[in-house]
Amino acid sequence: MDRRSFIIANTHTKSPEFRTNAGLSPYSPPIGNAELIHLLRRVLFGVKPADISKVKGKSLNDVLDMLFIADPTPDPPVNNYNTTSYTDPVVPLGQSWVTAPNDGNATGYRNSSFKSWWTGLMLNQNTSIHEKMVLFWHNHFATETVDINDARYSYKHNVLLRTFALGNFKSMVKEITLDPGMLRYLNGYLNNKTSPDENYARELQELFTLGKGPKSNYTESDVKQAAKVLTGYTVNATTITSAFDSTKHDTGNKQFSSFYNNIVITGKTGAAGATELDELINMIFQQPETALYICRRLYRFFVYYEIDEATETNLIAPLAALFRSNNYEIKPVLKALFSSEHFYDPVNRACMIKGPLDYCIGLCREFNVVFPLSTDTVNLYYMHEYIRTQASNMQQNLGDPPNVAGWAAYYQEPQFHKLWINADTLPRRSQFSDTMIGNGYTRNGKNITIDILSFVDSLSNPADPNILITDSLSIIYAIDISKEVQDFLKSILLSGQSTDSYWTAAWVTYKANVNNTANKTIVLTRLKSMFKYLMNLSEYQLS
Amino acid sequence: MKRRDFIRHTAPAGIVFPALINGFTFKAFAESPLVSALTQAPTETDHVLVIVQLNGGNDGLNMVIPIDQYDNLSNARSNIIIPRNKILKLNGTSFTGLHPSMTGLQTMFNDEKLKIVQSVGYPQPNFSHFRATDIWLSASDSNQIINSGWAGRYLNEEYTNFPTGYPSSVMPDPLAIQIGSFVSPAMQGPGVNMGMAISDPVNFYNLINGIQGTAPNTRGGKELTYIRQIAQQTQQYASVIKGAAAKVTKQFSGYPTGNSLADQLKIVARLIAGGLKTRIYMVSLGGFDTHAQQVNSNATETGTHAILMQKVSEGIKAFMDDLEFLNSSKRVIGMTFSEFGRRIKSNSSGGTDHGAAAPLFVFGHYAQNDVSGTSPIINLTTGTADNIPMQYDFRSIYAAILQQWFCVPETTLENVMLKNFQNIPVIKKSAPCMSSSPDLIIANAGKNIISNYPNPFQTSTTISYESSGGHTLIQVFNTEGRLIKTLVDAVINSGNHKITFENEGYLPGVYYARLQNNTIQQIRTMLLVN
Repeated sequence: MDRRSFIIANTHTKSPEFRTNAGLSPYSPPIGNAELIHLLRRVLFGVKPADISKVKGKSLNDVLDMLFIADPTPDPPVNNYNTTSYTDPVVPLGQSWVTAPNDGNATGYRNSSFKSWWTGLMLNQNTSIHEKMVLFWHNHFATETVDINDARYSYKHNVLLRTFALGNFKSMVKEITLDPGMLRYLNGYLNNKTSPDENYARELQELFTLGKGPKSNYTESDVKQAAKVLTGYTVNATTITSAFDSTKHDTGNKQFSSFYNNIVITGKTGAAGATELDELINMIFQQPETALYICRRLYRFFVYYEIDEATETNLIAPLAALFRSNNYEIKPVLKALFSSEHFYDPVNRACMIKGPLDYCIGLCREFNVVFPLSTDTVNLYYMHEYIRTQASNMQQNLGDPPNVAGWAAYYQEPQFHKLWINADTLPRRSQFSDTMIGNGYTRNGKNITIDILSFVDSLSNPADPNILITDSLSIIYAIDISKEVQDFLKSILLSGQSTDSYWTAAWVTYKANVNNTANKTIVLTRLKSMFKYLMNLSEYQLS
Repeated sequence: MKRRDFIRHTAPAGIVFPALINGFTFKAFAESPLVSALTQAPTETDHVLVIVQLNGGNDGLNMVIPIDQYDNLSNARSNIIIPRNKILKLNGTSFTGLHPSMTGLQTMFNDEKLKIVQSVGYPQPNFSHFRATDIWLSASDSNQIINSGWAGRYLNEEYTNFPTGYPSSVMPDPLAIQIGSFVSPAMQGPGVNMGMAISDPVNFYNLINGIQGTAPNTRGGKELTYIRQIAQQTQQYASVIKGAAAKVTKQFSGYPTGNSLADQLKIVARLIAGGLKTRIYMVSLGGFDTHAQQVNSNATETGTHAILMQKVSEGIKAFMDDLEFLNSSKRVIGMTFSEFGRRIKSNSSGGTDHGAAAPLFVFGHYAQNDVSGTSPIINLTTGTADNIPMQYDFRSIYAAILQQWFCVPETTLENVMLKNFQNIPVIKKSAPCMSSSPDLIIANAGKNIISNYPNPFQTSTTISYESSGGHTLIQVFNTEGRLIKTLVDAVINSGNHKITFENEGYLPGVYYARLQNNTIQQIRTMLLVN
């Protein structure tokens, strides 16, 4: 059998026991449901039945067009925190604080409000890659709200990530450099001609553009020279804006190493000093490593963490070339990746260990967990905070990655995503799913929980336990499970009986009168047990 | 192309195959009596090592203060220097003092339970947090990428075939425990991570253990196998950890509050005293990346760094007091480290940029009670790029602990450390398993065993040195801590020797010649002029 017919033959059987060196060439067989769900899983936080119906039957191009529609700019976060113990002196409950003066005491409350707001945007994402790219960039240009210590900066930084999430990476790097939050986080505002602070200059190269690949050979001296280029930027703490102060700028020439072809950025006086930044960015973006590094990061975020030689040659290199020929526009690169043979290669499916946010937000979305109304800000934000805290306990604290490198799972050799799973975090994941499938979380008289009856009711034929199980698995599991395990699952629904009709009868009886508590309890307890088990299995950790 | 060809052509080199992390694949071997016979039993020891990681790059010069260099140091960092009269004194030395917040460690030093090692680093220091951390955790050379951790390699030597067959009757407990989030890469063995992470030993959640299918031979299957293995471990070790925690119902009451390091160490003390045979624990404290405002400008002995110093000192002191209270203190040695020290010269933001070598502490009942090395030499004028040259390679500390505390034989030591490192006395001679002798270093105190003439020099200078025989190393570093030249790296006879250091176009300035010979090391300052 030749390679192509082998892939086609396997497209729908999902039992790949081989690996191909499929590259960037477009995936040509007709796109099936399994491929579309695979795509949705990677670009969204969990896949809800409604997402699937939106893409069903469409061509890959149409689906990608839909997935790349940018979300509208969201309304800003609001004050949800005025209580008897603390009242914001300038912002009333329900009003936005993002431009209001900060009295210092508000910071902790506003940071939480900011994070709740962001969590809500994830939970309510459209069928678009936009929100996941915001998280990608947050990890890439990592900042910490606790360090920045004024939520207005963090909010403004976040808006910047949103604006450029699907835009031009080169322009984004410039804006990030001038972003007041980043200037504050990496001490850029303290960097001046008399006492250079190398912090941002180093991370700009090491983490934000070139990375530390084997061919990224910029020197310590390049860090120092770049720091000089970056002298003179200041932050206005009232307006939360940055500005260039030429009196603090190092006007000397900046001599770079042979890695940068010995480029000299000529020192400029006055306002012209600010143009040195463009020269610096041009110089960095001339290096092929920049596109390669970003493509590797995208690959690790959306496909798999291991990049072997075949992947580097057949996928990363052409992707990086495409990135450069498109002048660092993000969209063409991602679209090419998500249209490629490689992405749909069976070997690359179900191999992402869900990150904590993917896990927690995904769970809520998959099961369509209902949150308080958007008008009930206080309770809504409480619930978002609960979800966000769960992810934080699993080691992904939104808005506060461990350091400027972002979360270790996205860069730490050799474990990468496996770092999310350890003897501390794995039980926490099960605890969370157990809570959500159990009594849910209650605060202030409001409750969030998985309504498993309504989930199952939305499936094609819940009266047939076999179909109920396969339908559910196609939504919540990326990886196939054996007939043996499926039979075990069914035995939970059947309470150990071997006849399918016991379940069918119970379901039909329940549906005949959904208000009958006894009949409802019969199906509910069995469904809860089965779904608890499903979410406790290791398979549920994969996307 | 045929499918089989694909497999052959694309199986990438250097990939960790599922076989290495999949118990099933190894099962056949483990059951073979031949293999069982070959499997070594681990060394008999109830010793424990607690590693305290200070994340961010700790300013060693404001922690262990070189009193004998105070005036020059004061020139270099006038805005952050600790007032001379606030420096904590140590018994037996007038050259070295501690940060004023470290009264706990001062007491421990004066009670003979603390060792200070000066200027610990490695040749060609790296100034990136992430890379420098990897170097420390993997114990690699500066330019070498090693994907396993030093502690992981040690445990791999001791507990062959882990995790297959574990927990066992000989080792029913976790091999290594990280308190907190991710298991440190230090515990990464050649194949699998040897450690586990816990944050609360009491509330272990029971994972269900039901039926499961075979993992497919795909990337997804590989990940699945990993997760399953963690799930199993969680369950297997949950009971022993809970059991150990339950045995300790009362702990020392003097732990500080609001100190996450102390909180973590308290859990460690409980697990140790509860009888876990776990050999290595790791805890950590962050916030040491003090680029700006590390001190309060009106009182430099207070501020951000002072609070960190207090947390380290109080946390360790309370931990040791607790172990004493729990009758377990003799089993435990601890060490601190940070990925690098900070620059000698402060910046005008009231902080310090990334630096090179820095002091570290070894603590515990059996910690050799002294200061190894001399105070770092601070010149009259210090440039912004100047760094502390290394006196001791950090891997010498690891090697010394493995050998003197864990009784690792010389042959195994090289498998773990990947090279032969200088053995320096870290553990008291009275401790069980102590093998090397600190006598030599004491006999040589105050004696110049390396010198050079002429000094200052222009074209060349002759270095005279005394070796007691055996492996002898002479390296030359510049003031940034970079290795310029290795002059001697050989096994030589005992006696006096000479070697010439040629000026091969180096910039004028101070250079350090470092002699290392068995347990001894000494630094000679040389001045190159135009």
